[in-house]
Amino acid sequence: MTHSLLLEIGLEDMPAKVIVPAAEQLKDKVSVHFKDHDMSFDSIQVFNTPRRLAVKIEGLAEGQKDKTESVKGPAKRIALDDEGNWTKAAIGFTRGQQASIDDITFKTIKGEEYVFVEKHIKGLSAEEVIQKLEGVLPSLSFPVSMKWGTHSYRYIRPVHWLTVLLDEKVVDMTLFDVPSGRETRGHRFLGQAVTLDHANDYQARLKEEHVLVDRNERQALIISQIQALCTDNNWKDPLDNKELLEEVTDLVEYPTAFYGSFSDEYLVVPEKVLETAMADHQRYFPVRLDDDQAKFLPYFIAVRNGNAEYIEKVRKGNEKVLSARLADAAFFYDEDRKLSIDDFVNKLSTVSFHEKLGSLYDKQERLTAIAHLLAPYFDMTDEQIGLIERTGMMAKFDLVTQTVNEFTSLQGDIAGIFAAERGEDRQIADALSEQYLPKSTDGRLPETKLGALISAADKLDSLLSFFSVDMIPSGSNDPFALRRQAMGIVRIFKAFNVSVQLDKLINAIAETVISVETKASYMQNTPVVIDFIKDRVDQLLSGEEGLSEDYDVRQAVLESNQTDILALIDHAGVLTYQKKQPGFKAVVESLTRVSNLAEKADDECSISTDLFETQSEKNLYEALLKAEELMSEDLNADQQWQVFAELHPVIDDFFDHTMVMAEDTSVRNNRLALLKRIDDLSSGFARFDRLVIK
Amino acid sequence: MEKARTFQDIILTLQQFWSDEGCMLMQAYDTEKGAGTMSPYTFLRAIGPEPWNAAYVEPSRRPADGRYGENPNRLYQHHQFQVVMKPSPENIQELYLDSLRALGIDPLKHDIRFVEDNWENPSLGCAGLGWEVWLDGMEVTQFTYFQQVGGLEVDAVTSELTYGLERLASYIQDVENVYDIDWAPGVKYGEIFKQPEYEHSAYSFDHSDTAFLFSQFQAFEKEALKQIENNLAHPAYDYVLKCSHAFNLLDARGAVSATDRPDYLKRIRHMARLIAKSFLQERAKLSFPLIGEAEAGKWIEKYGEKEDK
Repeated sequence: MTHSLLLEIGLEDMPAKVIVPAAEQLKDKVSVHFKDHDMSFDSIQVFNTPRRLAVKIEGLAEGQKDKTESVKGPAKRIALDDEGNWTKAAIGFTRGQQASIDDITFKTIKGEEYVFVEKHIKGLSAEEVIQKLEGVLPSLSFPVSMKWGTHSYRYIRPVHWLTVLLDEKVVDMTLFDVPSGRETRGHRFLGQAVTLDHANDYQARLKEEHVLVDRNERQALIISQIQALCTDNNWKDPLDNKELLEEVTDLVEYPTAFYGSFSDEYLVVPEKVLETAMADHQRYFPVRLDDDQAKFLPYFIAVRNGNAEYIEKVRKGNEKVLSARLADAAFFYDEDRKLSIDDFVNKLSTVSFHEKLGSLYDKQERLTAIAHLLAPYFDMTDEQIGLIERTGMMAKFDLVTQTVNEFTSLQGDIAGIFAAERGEDRQIADALSEQYLPKSTDGRLPETKLGALISAADKLDSLLSFFSVDMIPSGSNDPFALRRQAMGIVRIFKAFNVSVQLDKLINAIAETVISVETKASYMQNTPVVIDFIKDRVDQLLSGEEGLSEDYDVRQAVLESNQTDILALIDHAGVLTYQKKQPGFKAVVESLTRVSNLAEKADDECSISTDLFETQSEKNLYEALLKAEELMSEDLNADQQWQVFAELHPVIDDFFDHTMVMAEDTSVRNNRLALLKRIDDLSSGFARFDRLVIK
Repeated sequence: MEKARTFQDIILTLQQFWSDEGCMLMQAYDTEKGAGTMSPYTFLRAIGPEPWNAAYVEPSRRPADGRYGENPNRLYQHHQFQVVMKPSPENIQELYLDSLRALGIDPLKHDIRFVEDNWENPSLGCAGLGWEVWLDGMEVTQFTYFQQVGGLEVDAVTSELTYGLERLASYIQDVENVYDIDWAPGVKYGEIFKQPEYEHSAYSFDHSDTAFLFSQFQAFEKEALKQIENNLAHPAYDYVLKCSHAFNLLDARGAVSATDRPDYLKRIRHMARLIAKSFLQERAKLSFPLIGEAEAGKWIEKYGEKEDK
């Protein structure tokens, strides 16, 4: 007969964002625990609310199976003395195995006879294996953890109860001095303490006490409640805000959605500001009319942690809070309206970007200069190019507005909105609002070229500036989110087909943006910056888009001399494809052989045609010249691969007919120089010797 | 609606409630400060192993929040009701909810949430984990388990509850504007505080003498550092509070550039850290009198030694 196991940890309210990952961790660790202890089960289900993490296991084995193990002892010649009596070694061995000399058998291993005893190991009961979870539960890891009382242990929040039921029986254990029992607790206000008779009663009994422990059920209920409100009122379904829906699901044990309203006088405030006040600050869903215009309405939908009793009172309270927030927002917005963009820009020089990196005005000047340098690679119209200066030189103005001071997440958006309100070109306004995109590693990218250009220029400036003062991210220490910004550059360059050698670009930036005296220090970490950006290319290639899952391909490409992000991505793509084609191995072997020998060449050596002796080396030289010429043209990555593919038979012929390590030093060096030039050429594409071939 | 209570009723109710739960009723500390946490009854007493249970009203000055008495929600000075219990009791969340019930707030008729809010006061080197407590969407209390104080990892965790009294009162009395709150029967909040709000705002934003305030900051800092050397933690701390207030006034006046700002905060933090250490050593010398002899031994051993090094 199999068992059901319920294990619930009851805690003080956990942060919404840790609930799902913590419950998953619990599930994984418990599964692994039973697998490690050879205990099978049919299914494991996870439950969570702000106050509890739980797992329920069905079909858990009765216990470990008993095992018989054959244990090897000393050799027979040591176990028996000359008279055929058991020696101390043999007796000691059997005693150590809790057996007696009568249990001894002999087996021959590699021609030598050894003493063996059969050992019977009794399996642990299910209960005993469950008790060993005591060591597992405290090992859950959290982004931040805390101490409480006078205890020395740390956890996400103080633990208050531990419910462990194997069918109808309590399994005795403790977590942080809290003993297990059959009690759990209902909703903090609507529910009572619950004494469970059986593990299988868990969900149903808690539901009676107003706790929906199944997160999917809770979320489904929230969705249906919100959709019903929308249908009744002809509102658009606001649930495309997935992030808010997820958060709200993890803020309640028993949801009841309701709506409230606010005075329509606040609708003059930009919608983005209203949305942020509602969604980010209050966790309300903003509401729009369900028609083509999707007009923004002075209503909101909120989800209460409780039932519908006294909902009028809750609605009134929430309306009051939102009004106060919107009154603040309207006040700041009105204050800001009194000032022009130039008024704001003039304040930027008094606000520091970073103490070592000048003011926001300085930052804006640098990013504008970088934008001009980058513009040729973005394939822009003359009209767009004409807008760069104005866009760049107002990019940061919203950082000194009161509205952004209050709603910091709206930086950029407010710049765009205020610019449009003040009659700036629509393209400028759009670019300003896109300047911080993407806001996360896989966040939305800018859609306009001007926006992408300004965003990339801003991020490049941050990266180069912080690296120039040795503020380089290490480990988890990345206070200025430079990794995310570098990823932003990579993704923008890829999406907008920006092909530029980073080393040349950085050099040009240093020439233009930085004074002559400080150029050297500005450039001191250039190789580090380039490697840092290449690491992000690696992340992109190996990431969700799955451009190249092959580690060796990524390594071959990223360690090449290539510093053009687009080229790196393309080369990885071609190699990933070619790796599965028939001729791949031969080409890679040829070029790897070249690389290996090229290492022996002097850096200074050059090729002298007069020193050629064999036809095959003359042929290789000719082929090299042709390849170099081809590579200098505008070839795509696939065509470049073909150049190396065509070089391969000539290389093989060379190795077949020419002795590279010739006795004559000058002939030998000449041949090494030839190979080195091939290697230099191929290293711009990929380090072939890094590719793994089977 | 619950029975409307005056502002002073709310204070009396909370005082009675927490004194019944074993808190000593302390009085507001007589030096200007930005928050109840900065009172020595919280900041210093959260340091070290000794238990400490106290409750008090703390008028808190935030010059930059002054609005000349014109904004319905923002004030130069507001009132916090501060409860600190150390070590944090097992049932502190339940006690807190009972205190709301004592104020006539029935959780069944409202939506009460504990929303994550990790608190940090960089100028005092303090950090904690906890929540802001929402009453129908309004933040009415900051609830924190201290983890670090004055740069020191805590020996026993202090649970701190900071009620925003104006917010609670405007909720309980159902008024839109803080100045309409009844302080006592027949006396409105505005009748007491509107004039000082206006005058302090005018002073902080328009009339304060920045040269005077800068020289004050420096003089207070110098005196604080001198008294730290004399191991006089309390007088030194008073001067740190004065530094902090002088800085807040300068900041409100826009006299501190963004570049200099971190430097001032760093100077205050530096002093707070030294004081935290000094306070702990002085308590060790006194054999941690509040913890009882049986317990004190190991702590004296832990902290007494440090002095000899």
